Amino acid sequence: MSRDTALVSADWAEKNLDTPGVVFVEVDEDTTAYDGGHIPGAIKLDWKKDLQDPVRRDFVNQEQFSALLSERGISNDDTVILYGGNNNWFAAYAYWYFKLYGHGDVKLLDGGRKKWELDARPYSKDLPQRAATQYQAKEPDLSIRAFRDEVVQAIGVKNLVDVRSPDEFAGRLLAPAHLPQEQSQRAGHIPTAISVPWSKAANEDGTFKSDEELAKIYGDAGLDGGKDTIAYCRIGERSSHTWFVLKELLGQENVKNYDGSWTEYGSLIGVPIALGDEPGKA
Amino acid sequence: MTTPHIADGCAAPDQSAPIPASVDLEKETVITGVVTTAEGDAVGGAYVRLLDSSGEFTAEVVTSPEGVFRFFAAPGSWTLRALSRHGNGDLAVDATRGVNEVGLNVAAA
Repeated sequence: MSRDTALVSADWAEKNLDTPGVVFVEVDEDTTAYDGGHIPGAIKLDWKKDLQDPVRRDFVNQEQFSALLSERGISNDDTVILYGGNNNWFAAYAYWYFKLYGHGDVKLLDGGRKKWELDARPYSKDLPQRAATQYQAKEPDLSIRAFRDEVVQAIGVKNLVDVRSPDEFAGRLLAPAHLPQEQSQRAGHIPTAISVPWSKAANEDGTFKSDEELAKIYGDAGLDGGKDTIAYCRIGERSSHTWFVLKELLGQENVKNYDGSWTEYGSLIGVPIALGDEPGKA
Repeated sequence: MTTPHIADGCAAPDQSAPIPASVDLEKETVITGVVTTAEGDAVGGAYVRLLDSSGEFTAEVVTSPEGVFRFFAAPGSWTLRALSRHGNGDLAVDATRGVNEVGLNVAAA
Protein backbone atom coordinates (compact mmCIF):
# COMPACT_ATOMS: atom_id res chain seq x y z
CA MET A 1 0.00 0.00 0.00
CA SER A 2 1.05 3.58 -0.43
CA ARG A 3 -0.29 7.11 -0.28
CA ASP A 4 -1.50 6.84 -3.89
CA THR A 5 -3.67 3.81 -3.24
CA ALA A 6 -4.81 4.48 0.35
CA LEU A 7 -5.58 8.20 0.34
CA VAL A 8 -7.51 10.73 -1.76
CA SER A 9 -7.36 14.51 -1.52
CA ALA A 10 -10.31 16.82 -0.91
CA ASP A 11 -9.86 18.14 -4.46
CA TRP A 12 -10.09 14.64 -5.89
CA ALA A 13 -13.14 13.95 -3.75
CA GLU A 14 -14.99 17.07 -4.85
CA LYS A 15 -14.37 16.16 -8.49
CA ASN A 16 -15.58 12.58 -8.00
CA LEU A 17 -18.76 13.09 -5.99
CA ASP A 18 -20.87 11.69 -8.83
CA THR A 19 -18.44 9.12 -10.22
CA PRO A 20 -20.20 5.75 -10.61
CA GLY A 21 -18.75 3.06 -8.36
CA VAL A 22 -17.37 5.56 -5.85
CA VAL A 23 -19.19 5.62 -2.51
CA PHE A 24 -18.48 8.27 0.11
CA VAL A 25 -19.06 7.12 3.68
CA GLU A 26 -18.99 9.39 6.73
CA VAL A 27 -18.04 7.52 9.90
CA ASP A 28 -18.45 9.02 13.32
CA GLU A 29 -19.37 8.17 16.84
CA ASP A 30 -21.84 11.02 16.99
CA THR A 31 -23.65 11.21 13.65
CA THR A 32 -25.36 14.54 14.35
CA ALA A 33 -22.58 16.15 12.30
CA TYR A 34 -23.70 14.07 9.30
CA ASP A 35 -27.32 14.96 9.89
CA GLY A 36 -26.46 18.66 9.94
CA GLY A 37 -24.68 18.45 6.59
CA HIS A 38 -22.34 15.99 4.88
CA ILE A 39 -20.34 15.59 1.68
CA PRO A 40 -22.99 15.46 -1.07
CA GLY A 41 -24.00 11.86 -1.76
CA ALA A 42 -22.25 10.41 1.29
CA ILE A 43 -23.95 7.76 3.41
CA LYS A 44 -23.25 7.40 7.13
CA LEU A 45 -21.97 4.69 9.41
CA ASP A 46 -22.34 5.04 13.17
CA TRP A 47 -19.16 3.84 14.85
CA LYS A 48 -21.00 2.40 17.80
CA LYS A 49 -24.48 1.45 16.58
CA ASP A 50 -23.38 0.04 13.23
CA LEU A 51 -19.87 -1.27 13.86
CA GLN A 52 -19.98 -2.57 17.45
CA ASP A 53 -21.78 -5.68 18.65
CA PRO A 54 -24.71 -4.47 20.80
CA VAL A 55 -24.11 -7.00 23.57
CA ARG A 56 -20.57 -8.39 23.68
CA ARG A 57 -17.55 -6.11 23.74
CA ASP A 58 -16.46 -6.81 20.20
CA PHE A 59 -17.15 -5.51 16.78
CA VAL A 60 -19.67 -6.83 14.26
CA ASN A 61 -18.85 -10.24 12.82
CA GLN A 62 -18.55 -11.27 9.18
CA GLU A 63 -22.30 -11.86 8.76
CA GLN A 64 -23.24 -8.63 10.51
CA PHE A 65 -20.76 -6.65 8.41
CA SER A 66 -22.12 -8.23 5.21
CA ALA A 67 -25.68 -7.40 6.23
CA LEU A 68 -24.76 -3.83 7.16
CA LEU A 69 -23.05 -3.02 3.87
CA SER A 70 -25.78 -4.79 1.86
CA GLU A 71 -28.45 -2.72 3.57
CA ARG A 72 -26.49 0.52 3.00
CA GLY A 73 -26.07 -0.29 -0.69
CA ILE A 74 -22.31 -0.87 -0.85
CA SER A 75 -21.03 -3.51 -3.29
CA ASN A 76 -17.86 -5.55 -3.07
CA ASP A 77 -16.48 -3.85 -6.18
CA ASP A 78 -17.26 -0.27 -5.09
CA THR A 79 -14.46 2.16 -4.31
CA VAL A 80 -15.23 3.23 -0.74
CA ILE A 81 -14.00 6.66 0.38
CA LEU A 82 -14.14 7.02 4.16
CA TYR A 83 -14.06 10.30 6.06
CA GLY A 84 -15.18 11.68 9.40
CA GLY A 85 -14.57 14.06 12.25
CA ASN A 86 -11.95 13.80 14.99
CA ASN A 87 -9.16 13.95 12.40
CA ASN A 88 -10.52 10.79 10.74
CA TRP A 89 -10.13 8.60 13.85
CA PHE A 90 -13.37 6.74 13.28
CA ALA A 91 -12.93 6.75 9.53
CA ALA A 92 -9.51 5.14 10.04
CA TYR A 93 -11.12 2.64 12.38
CA ALA A 94 -13.70 1.83 9.70
CA TYR A 95 -10.91 1.59 7.10
CA TRP A 96 -9.25 -1.02 9.29
CA TYR A 97 -12.59 -2.90 9.44
CA PHE A 98 -13.02 -2.80 5.66
CA LYS A 99 -9.49 -4.21 5.34
CA LEU A 100 -10.14 -6.78 8.05
CA TYR A 101 -13.17 -8.02 6.12
CA GLY A 102 -11.30 -8.00 2.83
CA HIS A 103 -12.87 -5.10 0.91
CA GLY A 104 -11.00 -4.57 -2.35
CA ASP A 105 -10.79 -0.82 -2.81
CA VAL A 106 -11.08 1.45 0.22
CA LYS A 107 -9.41 4.82 0.80
CA LEU A 108 -9.38 7.61 3.35
CA LEU A 109 -10.21 11.20 2.48
CA ASP A 110 -7.10 13.10 3.60
CA GLY A 111 -8.09 15.58 6.33
CA GLY A 112 -11.63 14.23 6.67
CA ARG A 113 -14.44 16.57 7.67
CA LYS A 114 -12.04 19.14 9.11
CA LYS A 115 -10.18 19.81 5.88
CA TRP A 116 -13.50 19.87 4.02
CA GLU A 117 -14.86 22.47 6.48
CA LEU A 118 -11.71 24.61 6.56
CA ASP A 119 -11.68 24.65 2.75
CA ALA A 120 -15.32 25.86 2.92
CA ARG A 121 -16.41 23.05 0.56
CA PRO A 122 -20.11 22.27 0.08
CA TYR A 123 -22.36 20.16 2.31
CA SER A 124 -25.70 18.54 1.65
CA LYS A 125 -28.50 17.48 3.98
CA ASP A 126 -30.04 15.19 1.36
CA LEU A 127 -30.09 11.52 2.28
CA PRO A 128 -28.91 9.44 -0.68
CA GLN A 129 -31.00 6.48 -1.76
CA ARG A 130 -28.93 3.43 -2.60
CA ALA A 131 -30.42 0.10 -3.64
CA ALA A 132 -29.59 -2.82 -1.35
CA THR A 133 -26.76 -5.11 -2.44
CA GLN A 134 -25.58 -8.62 -1.69
CA TYR A 135 -22.33 -7.73 0.03
CA GLN A 136 -20.09 -10.65 0.99
CA ALA A 137 -17.49 -9.92 3.64
CA LYS A 138 -14.45 -12.21 3.69
CA GLU A 139 -13.10 -14.12 6.68
CA PRO A 140 -11.55 -11.62 9.10
CA ASP A 141 -7.86 -11.00 8.42
CA LEU A 142 -6.43 -11.39 11.91
CA SER A 143 -2.96 -10.46 10.70
CA ILE A 144 -3.96 -6.84 11.38
CA ARG A 145 -5.75 -7.31 14.73
CA ALA A 146 -3.94 -7.90 18.03
CA PHE A 147 -5.48 -9.53 21.12
CA ARG A 148 -4.45 -9.11 24.73
CA ASP A 149 -2.31 -12.24 25.24
CA GLU A 150 -0.29 -11.38 22.16
CA VAL A 151 0.20 -7.87 23.51
CA VAL A 152 1.52 -9.13 26.85
CA GLN A 153 3.91 -11.44 24.98
CA ALA A 154 5.06 -8.55 22.82
CA ILE A 155 6.49 -6.63 25.79
CA GLY A 156 10.20 -6.16 25.13
CA VAL A 157 9.93 -8.19 21.90
CA LYS A 158 7.87 -6.27 19.33
CA ASN A 159 7.40 -2.58 18.72
CA LEU A 160 4.58 -1.37 20.94
CA VAL A 161 3.38 2.08 19.94
CA ASP A 162 1.23 3.98 22.42
CA VAL A 163 -0.53 6.70 20.42
CA ARG A 164 -2.36 8.44 23.29
CA SER A 165 -1.39 11.87 24.55
CA PRO A 166 1.81 12.17 26.66
CA ASP A 167 -0.25 12.66 29.85
CA GLU A 168 -2.25 9.49 29.23
CA PHE A 169 0.98 7.60 28.47
CA ALA A 170 2.59 8.75 31.70
CA GLY A 171 -0.49 7.96 33.76
CA ARG A 172 -1.37 11.54 34.61
CA LEU A 173 -4.67 11.36 32.72
CA LEU A 174 -6.95 8.39 32.02
CA ALA A 175 -8.71 9.81 28.97
CA PRO A 176 -8.20 12.52 26.37
CA ALA A 177 -8.57 16.04 27.70
CA HIS A 178 -11.92 16.70 26.04
CA LEU A 179 -13.55 13.98 28.15
CA PRO A 180 -14.27 13.82 31.88
CA GLN A 181 -11.53 11.96 33.76
CA GLU A 182 -13.80 9.61 35.62
CA GLN A 183 -12.61 6.13 34.74
CA SER A 184 -11.60 3.60 37.32
CA GLN A 185 -9.01 1.34 35.68
CA ARG A 186 -5.28 1.76 36.27
CA ALA A 187 -3.34 4.49 34.51
CA GLY A 188 -0.01 4.17 32.72
CA HIS A 189 1.24 2.29 29.67
CA ILE A 190 2.41 -1.12 28.51
CA PRO A 191 6.09 -1.51 29.49
CA THR A 192 8.55 -0.94 26.61
CA ALA A 193 5.92 0.90 24.53
CA ILE A 194 7.18 4.00 22.79
CA SER A 195 5.05 7.12 22.97
CA VAL A 196 4.12 8.58 19.59
CA PRO A 197 0.84 10.47 19.94
CA TRP A 198 -1.38 9.96 16.87
CA SER A 199 -1.41 13.74 16.43
CA LYS A 200 2.27 13.70 15.48
CA ALA A 201 1.23 12.10 12.20
CA ALA A 202 -1.29 14.79 11.30
CA ASN A 203 -1.04 18.38 10.20
CA GLU A 204 -3.14 21.00 11.92
CA ASP A 205 -5.80 20.74 9.19
CA GLY A 206 -6.14 17.00 9.73
CA THR A 207 -4.21 15.87 6.64
CA PHE A 208 -1.39 13.36 7.03
CA LYS A 209 2.20 14.58 7.10
CA SER A 210 4.50 13.63 4.22
CA ASP A 211 6.03 10.15 4.06
CA GLU A 212 9.46 11.64 4.80
CA GLU A 213 8.19 13.47 7.89
CA LEU A 214 6.32 10.36 9.07
CA ALA A 215 9.31 8.05 8.63
CA LYS A 216 11.45 10.46 10.66
CA ILE A 217 8.89 10.79 13.47
CA TYR A 218 8.66 7.04 14.10
CA GLY A 219 12.37 6.48 13.49
CA ASP A 220 13.34 9.17 16.00
CA ALA A 221 10.89 7.70 18.53
CA GLY A 222 12.70 4.37 18.34
CA LEU A 223 10.46 2.26 16.12
CA ASP A 224 12.56 -0.71 14.95
CA GLY A 225 11.80 -1.36 11.27
CA GLY A 226 12.96 -4.96 11.60
CA LYS A 227 10.32 -5.88 14.17
CA ASP A 228 6.58 -6.47 14.08
CA THR A 229 4.47 -3.66 15.48
CA ILE A 230 1.34 -3.34 17.62
CA ALA A 231 -0.36 0.05 18.01
CA TYR A 232 -2.80 0.85 20.81
CA CYS A 233 -4.61 3.78 22.41
CA ARG A 234 -7.61 3.85 24.75
CA ILE A 235 -10.36 2.19 22.70
CA GLY A 236 -8.62 1.44 19.41
CA GLU A 237 -9.68 4.26 17.10
CA ARG A 238 -6.74 6.64 17.52
CA SER A 239 -4.46 3.63 17.05
CA SER A 240 -6.29 2.82 13.79
CA HIS A 241 -5.06 6.22 12.62
CA THR A 242 -1.46 5.23 13.44
CA TRP A 243 -1.97 1.70 12.07
CA PHE A 244 -3.04 3.37 8.81
CA VAL A 245 0.11 5.51 8.77
CA LEU A 246 2.51 2.65 9.46
CA LYS A 247 0.87 -0.03 7.31
CA GLU A 248 -0.86 1.85 4.52
CA LEU A 249 1.23 5.00 4.06
CA LEU A 250 4.71 3.83 5.08
CA GLY A 251 4.11 0.26 3.88
CA GLN A 252 5.47 -1.54 6.95
CA GLU A 253 4.84 -5.28 7.13
CA ASN A 254 3.14 -6.87 10.12
CA VAL A 255 1.44 -3.98 11.84
CA LYS A 256 -1.51 -4.79 14.09
CA ASN A 257 -4.07 -2.63 15.82
CA TYR A 258 -4.89 -3.66 19.42
CA ASP A 259 -8.52 -2.56 19.59
CA GLY A 260 -8.92 -3.66 23.21
CA SER A 261 -6.32 -1.00 23.97
CA TRP A 262 -5.95 0.67 27.36
CA THR A 263 -9.54 0.16 28.48
CA GLU A 264 -8.83 -3.58 28.33
CA TYR A 265 -5.13 -3.71 29.22
CA GLY A 266 -5.46 -1.24 32.11
CA SER A 267 -8.15 -3.44 33.67
CA LEU A 268 -6.36 -6.81 33.38
CA ILE A 269 -5.31 -8.46 36.63
CA GLY A 270 -1.59 -8.91 37.13
CA VAL A 271 -0.19 -7.52 33.88
CA PRO A 272 2.85 -5.22 34.10
CA ILE A 273 2.29 -1.47 33.82
CA ALA A 274 4.84 1.32 33.50
CA LEU A 275 4.30 4.84 34.83
CA GLY A 276 6.00 8.05 33.76
CA ASP A 277 7.33 9.40 30.50
CA GLU A 278 9.84 6.59 29.76
CA PRO A 279 8.95 3.29 28.04
CA GLY A 280 10.08 1.25 31.05
CA LYS A 281 11.65 -2.20 31.22
CA ALA A 282 10.28 -5.58 30.16
CA MET B 1 -22.30 7.09 36.10
CA THR B 2 -21.97 9.12 32.96
CA THR B 3 -23.83 8.53 29.76
CA PRO B 4 -22.49 5.61 27.70
CA HIS B 5 -21.63 8.11 25.01
CA ILE B 6 -19.01 9.73 27.23
CA ALA B 7 -17.88 6.60 29.02
CA ASP B 8 -17.25 4.48 25.94
CA GLY B 9 -16.27 6.85 23.20
CA CYS B 10 -13.52 9.17 22.30
CA ALA B 11 -15.44 11.65 20.21
CA ALA B 12 -16.23 14.96 21.82
CA PRO B 13 -19.60 15.17 23.55
CA ASP B 14 -22.10 17.89 22.59
CA GLN B 15 -20.20 21.05 23.45
CA SER B 16 -23.23 23.17 24.29
CA ALA B 17 -24.86 20.65 26.62
CA PRO B 18 -24.72 21.40 30.36
CA ILE B 19 -21.76 19.83 32.17
CA PRO B 20 -23.05 16.41 33.32
CA ALA B 21 -24.00 16.29 37.01
CA SER B 22 -21.53 13.42 37.44
CA VAL B 23 -18.59 15.70 36.69
CA ASP B 24 -17.07 16.80 40.00
CA LEU B 25 -15.99 20.42 39.57
CA GLU B 26 -14.02 20.16 42.80
CA LYS B 27 -11.72 17.78 40.96
CA GLU B 28 -12.03 18.71 37.29
CA THR B 29 -10.30 21.58 35.52
CA VAL B 30 -12.72 22.75 32.86
CA ILE B 31 -11.61 25.22 30.18
CA THR B 32 -14.62 26.55 28.33
CA GLY B 33 -15.58 29.53 26.20
CA VAL B 34 -16.96 30.87 22.95
CA VAL B 35 -15.20 31.32 19.60
CA THR B 36 -16.14 34.62 17.96
CA THR B 37 -15.13 36.70 14.97
CA ALA B 38 -13.67 40.20 15.36
CA GLU B 39 -17.23 41.46 14.89
CA GLY B 40 -18.35 39.39 17.87
CA ASP B 41 -20.30 36.77 15.92
CA ALA B 42 -20.19 33.26 17.39
CA VAL B 43 -18.42 30.71 15.14
CA GLY B 44 -20.07 27.29 15.11
CA GLY B 45 -18.18 24.39 13.54
CA ALA B 46 -14.77 25.80 14.46
CA TYR B 47 -12.01 23.38 15.48
CA VAL B 48 -10.52 24.26 18.87
CA ARG B 49 -7.23 22.61 19.76
CA LEU B 50 -5.80 22.38 23.29
CA LEU B 51 -1.99 22.52 23.31
CA ASP B 52 0.08 21.82 26.43
CA SER B 53 2.78 24.06 27.87
CA SER B 54 5.32 22.72 25.36
CA GLY B 55 2.96 23.41 22.46
CA GLU B 56 2.15 19.70 22.04
CA PHE B 57 -1.34 18.84 20.81
CA THR B 58 -3.54 17.45 23.58
CA ALA B 59 -7.15 17.48 22.39
CA GLU B 60 -9.53 18.99 19.87
CA VAL B 61 -13.26 19.70 19.83
CA VAL B 62 -15.71 21.24 17.37
CA THR B 63 -17.69 24.24 18.60
CA SER B 64 -21.47 24.03 18.95
CA PRO B 65 -23.70 26.19 16.71
CA GLU B 66 -23.37 28.83 19.48
CA GLY B 67 -19.58 28.71 19.20
CA VAL B 68 -19.12 26.96 22.56
CA PHE B 69 -16.21 24.63 23.35
CA ARG B 70 -15.12 22.81 26.51
CA PHE B 71 -12.09 20.82 27.68
CA PHE B 72 -11.45 18.71 30.76
CA ALA B 73 -7.79 19.44 31.42
CA ALA B 74 -5.56 19.86 34.47
CA PRO B 75 -4.31 22.95 36.31
CA GLY B 76 -1.45 24.68 34.45
CA SER B 77 -0.53 26.59 31.32
CA TRP B 78 -2.30 25.74 28.09
CA THR B 79 -2.75 27.28 24.66
CA LEU B 80 -6.07 27.26 22.83
CA ARG B 81 -5.92 27.41 19.03
CA ALA B 82 -9.04 27.81 16.92
CA LEU B 83 -9.24 26.95 13.19
CA SER B 84 -12.28 27.91 11.15
CA ARG B 85 -13.44 28.88 7.70
CA HIS B 86 -13.43 32.47 9.02
CA GLY B 87 -9.78 32.33 10.09
CA ASN B 88 -7.69 31.17 13.04
CA GLY B 89 -6.79 32.45 16.52
CA ASP B 90 -4.70 31.61 19.62
CA LEU B 91 -5.04 32.28 23.34
CA ALA B 92 -2.82 31.39 26.34
CA VAL B 93 -4.69 30.15 29.42
CA ASP B 94 -3.50 29.60 33.00
CA ALA B 95 -6.09 27.14 34.23
CA THR B 96 -6.96 26.39 37.82
CA ARG B 97 -9.27 23.73 39.26
CA GLY B 98 -12.94 24.40 38.55
CA VAL B 99 -14.39 26.23 35.55
CA ASN B 100 -12.08 28.53 33.55
CA GLU B 101 -14.09 30.67 31.14
CA VAL B 102 -12.36 32.38 28.21
CA GLY B 103 -13.15 34.12 24.93
CA LEU B 104 -11.32 33.11 21.74
CA ASN B 105 -11.27 35.31 18.64
CA VAL B 106 -10.57 34.22 15.08
CA ALA B 107 -9.57 36.41 12.15
CA ALA B 108 -8.48 35.75 8.58
CA ALA B 109 -4.69 35.83 8.26
